[in-house]
Amino acid sequence: MHKLLTQEPGKKLLLLGNEAIARGAIEAGVALATTYPGTPSSEISANFFNIAQQSPLYFEYSINEKVALEVAAAAANACVRSMCVMKHVGLNVAADALMTLAYVGVKAGLVILTADDPFMFSSQNEQDNRYYAKLSGLPMLEPSSVAEAKEMVGYAFELSEKLAEPVLFRTTTRINHSNEIVTLGNIIAPVTKGDFPKDPFNYVTVPAVSRNLHKKLLKNMAAAGEIAESSPYNFIEGNSGPWGIVANGVSYNYAHDAVKDLNIADRVALLRIGFSHPMPSRLITEFLKGCEKVLVIEEGEPYMEENIKAIAQESGLTIPIKGKSEDLFSRLFEFDPGMVRKNIARYFDISYSSVTPVDLTDIPDIAQRPPNLCAGCSHRATYYVVKKAAEGKATIYPTDIGCYTLGLLPPLSMADFLICMGSSVGTSCGFSKTTDKKVISFIGDSTFFHSGIPPLINAVFNNHNFTLVILDNGTTAMTGHQPNPGVDMDQLKCSGYGRVSIEGIVRAIGVSHLEIIRPFRIKKSIEAVRKAIDFEGVSVIIAQEICPLYAKGLKKAMGKPFYVSDKCKNHRDCINELACPAFFIENEKVKIDPDTCVGCTLCAQICPEHAIVPFKEKVNIR
Amino acid sequence: MNVTRLIIVAVGGQGNLLASRVLGEAALLADIPVRMSEIHGMAQRGGVVESAIVFGNAMSTIISDGEADILLGLEPSETLRAMNKCNPDTVVITNLSPLPPFTVAIGKGQYPDLELVKSIIRRKTKKLIAIDAVELAKEAGNVLAVNMVLLGALIQTGILPVTIDNVKEAIKTRIKATLVDINLKAFDLGFQSAQRD
Repeated sequence: MHKLLTQEPGKKLLLLGNEAIARGAIEAGVALATTYPGTPSSEISANFFNIAQQSPLYFEYSINEKVALEVAAAAANACVRSMCVMKHVGLNVAADALMTLAYVGVKAGLVILTADDPFMFSSQNEQDNRYYAKLSGLPMLEPSSVAEAKEMVGYAFELSEKLAEPVLFRTTTRINHSNEIVTLGNIIAPVTKGDFPKDPFNYVTVPAVSRNLHKKLLKNMAAAGEIAESSPYNFIEGNSGPWGIVANGVSYNYAHDAVKDLNIADRVALLRIGFSHPMPSRLITEFLKGCEKVLVIEEGEPYMEENIKAIAQESGLTIPIKGKSEDLFSRLFEFDPGMVRKNIARYFDISYSSVTPVDLTDIPDIAQRPPNLCAGCSHRATYYVVKKAAEGKATIYPTDIGCYTLGLLPPLSMADFLICMGSSVGTSCGFSKTTDKKVISFIGDSTFFHSGIPPLINAVFNNHNFTLVILDNGTTAMTGHQPNPGVDMDQLKCSGYGRVSIEGIVRAIGVSHLEIIRPFRIKKSIEAVRKAIDFEGVSVIIAQEICPLYAKGLKKAMGKPFYVSDKCKNHRDCINELACPAFFIENEKVKIDPDTCVGCTLCAQICPEHAIVPFKEKVNIR
Repeated sequence: MNVTRLIIVAVGGQGNLLASRVLGEAALLADIPVRMSEIHGMAQRGGVVESAIVFGNAMSTIISDGEADILLGLEPSETLRAMNKCNPDTVVITNLSPLPPFTVAIGKGQYPDLELVKSIIRRKTKKLIAIDAVELAKEAGNVLAVNMVLLGALIQTGILPVTIDNVKEAIKTRIKATLVDINLKAFDLGFQSAQRD
């Protein structure tokens, strides 16, 4: 049985934040969950995917976040408790659905999880999704710890049903990817079937209906504000002040620890905001009245700070309130305990000496270790092939979101522009229209399904001129090998799925030049790519080759490893053009690590001396 | 209860996260509060994996620069790279078996000399325990048990508030049954090696 289905209330488990969140939803009787995978949220849905195979939960990997939210919105309006999980930028994709779903509301609980990523550990921006709560008028909850996150998911479902609105649940990476000891609660049996009683004059959002629904939303917001005033997730630590600190999320942990470390608990009142939209204005007013000066600690934008200043203005309070400023907290990146401790000491003028970190000035430069495409990754082969085919041409390479974005790094250097999922195709239209360069763009299979199809239709209709390379490695590799509509689900021993052909879609769109290549067949592939890039108009190349990590997971047979024989004359084309992580240099000679090499043959094909050859026997692992 | 802060750094695939989880389970068995955080988005793509483990009564799950009580490095150049987490009282434990990044192979950087790595760390911190964990892991029966060798050395220092038995019990719960013996042996070899160091 799946660990998160353990029916032993009171049992303690060490759980990852994302496991705790999934468990919280299971305890709350979630019956339908949807997602599009995205770090740092991915393990929530990976657990749902496995749980769904042994419980009544319905879970799906939807094609994108907008569709995921629409599926969940309908389920929640058919009286079934639902959850929709995505990373922060996913909510941009789902925003169209979100804004008017807030007008329509829900019948059963709907929790929309947005996983924000301060510092951009694995994201293209660090937008602060608390503003989506403000923009949509929906309530927002933010946990500070893994254990609290589990409890708060249950509260979110109850709140959603009380207000008949979806609830936004915002985490940050340090919640999703922290581990903590969590106490299991009772699991409520999910109700998997509901009903949808017709009520078009409250559901079909034509202007006359929406004018009423907007009024209803404002009433719900006011009701949410009342609940926030006394929510157990907005609480004050310490009683008197005169110093006030307001903090949310993980910043609260750092503030709590700092107050203890600085030994100032007798002088500080700490307000933790866990129900952050609407902000509890009466609670904040009362809090401010007991303070001489206030520090607001929040990663990202000054969302609380601006709100608190507005509340102070309404009550005629003129105490200093600070948060974001040059000498205190930044809008950039994530916070840490030492930074928060130092800023608290500085703002309240407390003498404090921090530990002295070791002197780093005489430590030699250490070669960087950036992430790299895996040994045997077919993207490396495709990039090599396209580079060779386009040799001598001035090119622009718009790219997209996935492992293949790592093609940015030298020596491949095959990425020039990226803003969001699907942007490789849309931006190709603009670049090809306004430059004389050959535009060749790259998109992965899952990203193509997510948001690459409408811009390809756009390109055919508006008669643009570029080549799109679809890197089809048969899985959503970057986020942990989740399925997508092109995946053969039989391989995952899952039944009851359809399968959508990328080739079929491309042909149906009316792309008149299509090449399908196996990128490890270099010569043939270069020829095919040349034809495609010489074509005037929209051409598409589908590069088909399974992700080697995924293949390993499926226990597919891999090739025998290769080694560098005596014929090597040290040209080093292999290393300099491919930079496969299986290579290393020993005594000025190129070597291949047999434990890393999967026998893809790419380097063997480009070696001018044909010096790279396969082992005849299976080699012993080190 | 005193707070003890441990940083573990490794290259993706070396088993950093498993080692961290084993320590977390050991703390659970010892009834010690524990909070851990990890950054592993690109772990399988050869990047650096860092985890922070905070034992005792603190709510933070990450560790600021200069604030680690112990730094455990599964790869020597990564141990050196993580020196920003250390202060003069930090105890450092490192594997001595290098895994040079591919940037070295393409001439985009130097791999630091191991003797220099050791002397820098010794000079700047309270104590360095340096062992060839690959050699001991092979002796235990599987090169992949490097993480358990180093856990053994870590526990030998006695700085963490968990016992040998807690950790061995945790190894049994977190590691596949068929590999438990090899991992326990690796743990013991690391423990003994640190005693001699």
